[in-house]
Amino acid sequence: MLAILLTVLFDGLAYGMLLFLISIGLSVTMGMMGFVNLAHGAFAMFGGYVATTLMQRAGVPFLVTLPVAFALVALASIVVERLLYQRLYRRGPLDQVLFTVGLTFMSVAGITWFYGPSQQPVVLPAFLQGQVSILGLEVGIFRLFLVAVGLLVAAAVVLGVERTRFGAKIRAAVDNPVMATGLGINVGGVFALTFAIGSGLAGLGGALGIQILGLTPAFPLKYLVLFLIVVSVGGLGSVGGALLAACVVGVIDMMTKYFLPEIGSFIIYAVMVALLMWRPHGLLGKKS
Amino acid sequence: MMKKAGLLAALALAGASLANVAVAADDTLRIGVIATFSGPYADYGRQFDAGIQLYLKDHDGKIAGKKVEIVKKDTAGPGPDAAKRFAQELIVRDKVNFLTGLDFSPNAYAVAPIVTQAKIPTVVMNASSSAITTSSPYIARVSFTVQQDSAPMAQWMLKNGIKETYVVVADYASGTDAHNAFEKAFAAGGGKVVGSVRTPMNNPDFSAYVQRIKDEKPQSVFFFFPSGVMPPAFLKAWKERGLDEAGIKLFATGEATDDSYLQATGDVALGLITSHHYSYAHPSELNKKFVKNFYAAFGKEMRPSYFAITAYDGMAAIAGALEKTKGDVSGDKVMEALKGLKLESPRGPIEIDAATRDIVQTVYIRKVEKVDGELVNVEFDKFERVKDPAKEAQ
Repeated sequence: MLAILLTVLFDGLAYGMLLFLISIGLSVTMGMMGFVNLAHGAFAMFGGYVATTLMQRAGVPFLVTLPVAFALVALASIVVERLLYQRLYRRGPLDQVLFTVGLTFMSVAGITWFYGPSQQPVVLPAFLQGQVSILGLEVGIFRLFLVAVGLLVAAAVVLGVERTRFGAKIRAAVDNPVMATGLGINVGGVFALTFAIGSGLAGLGGALGIQILGLTPAFPLKYLVLFLIVVSVGGLGSVGGALLAACVVGVIDMMTKYFLPEIGSFIIYAVMVALLMWRPHGLLGKKS
Repeated sequence: MMKKAGLLAALALAGASLANVAVAADDTLRIGVIATFSGPYADYGRQFDAGIQLYLKDHDGKIAGKKVEIVKKDTAGPGPDAAKRFAQELIVRDKVNFLTGLDFSPNAYAVAPIVTQAKIPTVVMNASSSAITTSSPYIARVSFTVQQDSAPMAQWMLKNGIKETYVVVADYASGTDAHNAFEKAFAAGGGKVVGSVRTPMNNPDFSAYVQRIKDEKPQSVFFFFPSGVMPPAFLKAWKERGLDEAGIKLFATGEATDDSYLQATGDVALGLITSHHYSYAHPSELNKKFVKNFYAAFGKEMRPSYFAITAYDGMAAIAGALEKTKGDVSGDKVMEALKGLKLESPRGPIEIDAATRDIVQTVYIRKVEKVDGELVNVEFDKFERVKDPAKEAQ
């Protein structure tokens, strides 16, 4: 019984890590920049397609496609940010929502045009497949890999925001853009870079997620709810909160699907409602 | 005054176009196709279209000596309201003689009252909910019912010494149909369903369900998921958890190894045994010709799936019926002609049941193998003249 419990717990954590990886970018853009970017899933999908295209057409190894997906999506997002997003920073949330939902639909149609509507094949390298036995516990190697990457990314983002000069600039630019400009901070540049990092993380999450989530042009709409659950339960702009929320959601989802499969799919939403009623600003969110 | 003149002009134009339609209707056969041509399920419409075009190409673009005009309407997925509206438009404005296409069951149900009222013969090319043909006397089906494909799998498993199984289906109407039909056939032959689960439609990760099955150690598992993203996700979790090594045998319906998605599903599908009415590797001469012509016309990018074959057969059924009525397109006569119609399809012999207007066909048992580097469903056993079990029971 204990072994079963631990297996399910581990699977839940790994699933939570995946949710974290794919949502953390949204937490960065929405929480730190205050921009409601519902097109986040489109950037994740773009990362996924970069990874599969490189693997299928050019035979690039899976591990190499991950940084490439991050970099390409980040670069592309700078272009999109300078051309489109920056015009909407001062607008209300409704304009931002309408704009980014429109962008999502365009990306869905665009990807369908190039790749067709069907599922993309994803084959992991042999060393990431199968299971290993750790202390008598059977765990999937890929899931172990997900947990490791998730922790690394979480550490990098936390340290980056809280310990570096760039992190201080972001916080300054968000809290008081006029004052930040007066101090000689290039607010536009800081925002562009922050946005690029957020989108790049989405691209990385997308590339990592295709093995479990699959990849079709419907991706950004299909998983939008999951991203939003993680970000809202975690608390806007809180990296630790997003990590905690993703793990809670992942573990509860996995546990209920294992022990109560009849109602398992519903529980995740009930948990979200309960958590938000308890803490409307999210688990680790600050009151604004 | 201006307003009135405009109105008159509009009326005159409308009258002129109506007159055109009336003239054209005599020497052309108009067929309305309601299907999904955009969105996540656009592949369905593409396959339908390919099957229809291929049939017309093989027959010089003519049916019963008449030029054929295809009018396509896109529901962009399951959309009963859109389907109903399109059916009205096609019948009233485009004056179609036949309605066909119909990939999703809710769309087919929505069209039923319209075609009943207008007496327009309707040929269902995919929608597989059993009661569609009972919902209107003007509907016949050339595809399959979920029950028709699920029950033979139970019979085959029993025949091969499998006495207990665990059932996994997607939680929607067809999943329930598959579950019930399978369990009924399995229990009737002395088998026992030891457990079951209905998974949500929007479920990305199957590992919890698969782990649960592994811990319960049933002799075998039967699953039904709609074509597309769910079967590969389930099969990946299955392989990752090592359920083959645990000695649990896996069976499914052919949706799990749909030819449209099989290549993308990859090696996790190898060895899977499924029951279905069509594999593009069906070894008949007629099918070899069908596949060859299909590739010649549309390139090798797309495999002909069971959507393409039913679209092809749908056109053949319309042609067969019109041959019997000598070109008379009136609804009642065409439906009479469709009843009991027998066709030699590339998938094997098919027949439209005279009593139910539903299809009677061979259901094949197939295994996924690698042939010339490609994953294909290789047929190795079959059940002949299978009727819809849901209707047989009544």
